[in-house]
Amino acid sequence: MTATAAATEHPAASDTTRGLVEITKVRKSFGATEVLKGITLTVEPGGVAVIVGPSGSGKSTLLRTINHLEKVDGGFIAIDGELVGYEVRGKRLHELREKDILKQRTEIGMVFQNFNLFPHLTALENVTEAPVVAPRSGKPRLTKAEARDRGLELLDRVGLKDRAGAYPRQLSGGQQQRVAIARALALDPKILLFDEPTSALDPELVNEVLDVIRELATSGTTLIIVTHEMGFARDVADTVVFMDQGQIVEQGAPHDIFTNPQEERTRSFFSKVIEPAFNI
Amino acid sequence: MSSTATRAAQSAAGPASAGTDAGVSNPGPSAEQGGPRGPENPQSRGPATDYADYRLVPSRHPWRWVGTAVVALGVAAVAWSLATNPRWEWGVVAQWFTAQSVVNGLVETLKLTAISGALGFILGFILALMRLSASPLLVSVSWTFSWIFRSTPLLVQMLLWYNLGYLYEKISLGIPFTDVRFFEVQTTTLISQFAAAVLGLTLNQAAYSAEIIRGGILSVDQGQLEAAAALGIPAWRRSTRIVLPQAMRAILPTAFNEIIGLVKGTSIVYVLAYSELFYTVQVIYNRTQQVLPLLLVATLWYVVITSVLSVFQYYIERHYSKGAVRTLPLTPLQKARRFFATHAATDNRARSTR
Repeated sequence: MTATAAATEHPAASDTTRGLVEITKVRKSFGATEVLKGITLTVEPGGVAVIVGPSGSGKSTLLRTINHLEKVDGGFIAIDGELVGYEVRGKRLHELREKDILKQRTEIGMVFQNFNLFPHLTALENVTEAPVVAPRSGKPRLTKAEARDRGLELLDRVGLKDRAGAYPRQLSGGQQQRVAIARALALDPKILLFDEPTSALDPELVNEVLDVIRELATSGTTLIIVTHEMGFARDVADTVVFMDQGQIVEQGAPHDIFTNPQEERTRSFFSKVIEPAFNI
Repeated sequence: MSSTATRAAQSAAGPASAGTDAGVSNPGPSAEQGGPRGPENPQSRGPATDYADYRLVPSRHPWRWVGTAVVALGVAAVAWSLATNPRWEWGVVAQWFTAQSVVNGLVETLKLTAISGALGFILGFILALMRLSASPLLVSVSWTFSWIFRSTPLLVQMLLWYNLGYLYEKISLGIPFTDVRFFEVQTTTLISQFAAAVLGLTLNQAAYSAEIIRGGILSVDQGQLEAAAALGIPAWRRSTRIVLPQAMRAILPTAFNEIIGLVKGTSIVYVLAYSELFYTVQVIYNRTQQVLPLLLVATLWYVVITSVLSVFQYYIERHYSKGAVRTLPLTPLQKARRFFATHAATDNRARSTR
């Protein structure tokens, strides 16, 4: 990882020890369906983990438990040693108050498949909303002027500074997703979660979004990405995680996973999703 | 790297193929270019003539003209009878239209509408949030409230509030089930005609607006709330800054219906002998016996209020449609300006060619 080198370029990510994600024996059911069956996964600070697998394998749910959008039924998740959504008191885990959960979430940016930009706010307003109002631990909220400067800087970083005043509906899908990434970056998070960031995009627009994520992969921020873009996974990932039916079937370095999968299930999945022209 | 190269090759091929697709299947662009596609499209089997210089003749709609004529005739007949039938007594209408007592009544009507409309929608918003909450008690209290107030006639509610003193002689604030009283007051002094009117209209309005607001909130995509929560935006801010402005688009048309209904609904307050517009007019015509002209006075004022509200509605809806449409529609004023600008231009051009 080039985290240390990148840290000098991005003063925001100066603390290289931040962003350790430890997921331990996480279980989650929706009604009778068990979606996560004891997931254990560690992502190192500044690491890039790409989660792949068939639909319904629990990838998105796992991602959503990391910022406590979904509560877990069992197991726990810790970020830099701090439990997500709970605190330990004696021998019990007490769910945190709303305000503390919000504080934790400001450390974890999330990018959605359907962008979920606020349609009634301009691109810039989308980016500046959270830094002004979200409660943050150890950091003051930004003033409107500061948020605006930071917002323009981030829009510039995703190549959309000149569209700052546009409403989401006036932007293409790729541009909307880039705004959504800028919005997630506005809180200067330790961790960024991407939930199939390119699945709702026209093939032509996929690359402009992947390029932005590629750039982030070297910034020292921990990235956890759910995607179906196998070529992209191979390019950016430190670790590729293959999930099926609520379990991690196999994980490892991208080269090992793609060229030499150990499990039959992994092999059959890749044989179906990797296009014939894709050669390692 | 090979994968990205492949993708790049595909996307390079993309636009070209998209271009030919559009040429074959989509008549839109080619129509704009003036006439059927010509030699540049080998697949087209049309005649080779170039129609680019031909004049376009729009199709005729004779029945539309017939319908227009019939309706115009009807409108003219109504206007004529309104103007010429002496029994409308327009002179009397004009005399009373701005009379001091009528204007006072009008002010009371506006006051009732504004106060009970505002309070009604605030209470309605709270009821809507209760209805959407996770607490079964809050949900059922909210539901019961709407059920009761929507299923009893407003007239009955009004009389009930005014006669509350008969049911409860005194109203006090204290701790329930104990003798502790912070303050106590005679019901009849507390519930004046005005208070009964506001109470009745507000509670009734709240019951209806709760449903309207709830519907609006439900119409906002769940992903919006998730995104806001993931960004750490506090709950109250999520409601007011993210959800409500988007819900407004669904809420506003019905809400304005309600407010316009409320303007006229205030006339029911005449049963409490409260001197708003309608009651004032009644008092006058009971004295002068000019029933129809005075009802016309009240009617005209209601029309004026409703018209003003409709203008507000247009601009408020336009405000909240920001971002929901790619470009905002022109306001009537802008349309008029553009109309005159373009027509002046074509007139000039026509004159210069002649």
